[in-house]
Amino acid sequence: MGSFITIVAIMTGVGLFFGIVLAFANKKFAVEMNPLIHVVEDVLPKGQCGACGFAGCAAYAEAVVMNKDVAPNLCIPGKKAVADQVAKLTGKTPLDVEPVVALVKCAEPISVASKKYIYSGINDCLAASLLQSGPKECEYGCIGLGTCVKQCMFGAITMNAAGLPVVDKEKCTGCGKCAAACPKKVIDMIPIDAHVSVICNSHDKGAVVKKFCKVACIGCGLCKKQCPHGAIKLENSLAVVDSSVCMEKCNDPVCLEKCPTKAIRSYKILELELVKAV
Amino acid sequence: MMDYFLLFMGAVIVNNFVLTRFLGLCIFFGVSQNLSASAGMGMAVTAVMTLSSAFAWLVYEFVLVPFDVTFLTTITFVLLIASFVQLLEMVVKKYTPNLHKMWGIYLMLIATNCVVLGLPLINVESGFSFGKSIVHAFGSGIGFALAMVLMASCREKLRLADVPKSLEGLGVAFIVAGCLALSFFGFSGMIK
Repeated sequence: MGSFITIVAIMTGVGLFFGIVLAFANKKFAVEMNPLIHVVEDVLPKGQCGACGFAGCAAYAEAVVMNKDVAPNLCIPGKKAVADQVAKLTGKTPLDVEPVVALVKCAEPISVASKKYIYSGINDCLAASLLQSGPKECEYGCIGLGTCVKQCMFGAITMNAAGLPVVDKEKCTGCGKCAAACPKKVIDMIPIDAHVSVICNSHDKGAVVKKFCKVACIGCGLCKKQCPHGAIKLENSLAVVDSSVCMEKCNDPVCLEKCPTKAIRSYKILELELVKAV
Repeated sequence: MMDYFLLFMGAVIVNNFVLTRFLGLCIFFGVSQNLSASAGMGMAVTAVMTLSSAFAWLVYEFVLVPFDVTFLTTITFVLLIASFVQLLEMVVKKYTPNLHKMWGIYLMLIATNCVVLGLPLINVESGFSFGKSIVHAFGSGIGFALAMVLMASCREKLRLADVPKSLEGLGVAFIVAGCLALSFFGFSGMIK
């Protein structure tokens, strides 16, 4: 009996001691956090993708509440609904979110492209591109080992049978992780309503590029001359479309017919073409 | 002096908590997918182990032994470590918010992990003095961190390798851990 009391006393004593210490510490070491930050964080999609430019949803919630210069529409996967809610909660003026999706600017899969060497090594595009800019003859093209596919946390980008990544426009939230991960910078973020897009990334001159790729942009400039709205520019032997001008003014793209290599294509039917390709 | 050094080296390499004693495996496999997370977790575990084993030794010597209730050791240590980790988290959050951002979330995960509980119990069993307990605890923490960093480096490479579908993830991780443990067994018997 005596030892029983001792046991109970000791356990109660130790328990009470720590209980009191913790209760006291809770008050003394309390860190004040604005409750609005938690409310804003709840509204965000919590994908932790970093498209907003902050280190995760919690960091963005804190920044948008505490800093009056941080815009409420930075969450791209959240789209307009989230941007409006964040604006309402933080009392800032609601702004539009430009919905963007990823586009892989390469039309020649690694399985049919002419190659410099046969690559046998780590299944990673960055690893392959360290060896003389990759196994493809074209040093700007997609290597097809799927580093972008591994990065996507929404499952929006998949590798087709030929070895080219294909973006599912429904699932893509425009976070930009695939574009950042690609060592060749072949992935571009373009507005979802774009009319046309150049699916080539090669800055090589026409004479050089024709030797190893049939669907590359040769930098001839025909699209630039034909475009009545001046939406296309040539940058270092590669055609670049200014999406905002193109979407605003053009109803009937002439550039699509004039391109000799079909490097510029209609964005709406692009996905179907690339999946069917080869 | 040599005693302490040998004890430290013993805890880090010869009697490595994860690879030789097989404690703390859930953290080991859970966090070792990422090298920076492993480094952070290793630091958190070292801090918790060293400090909590110091407190545990004090409670054992000045409360449990005088009252002759050493059979309460396990449960008292559990209570003590859980409370202590809570306290540590509050202090870290308040005074070093940057450190808290780095490894604050891991503190809750290791609150009563077997490695953090096992260490004071081993100290008590071996009858270490206060100084030796601290050195042993610190060495064990460093050994744990070492094992985690080694494993993380292997696992990051494994992610890009061609692993059979049925062994992907934990399967091949266990096999690699087994190989690592085998190599650490080579040290056995070096230090008594």
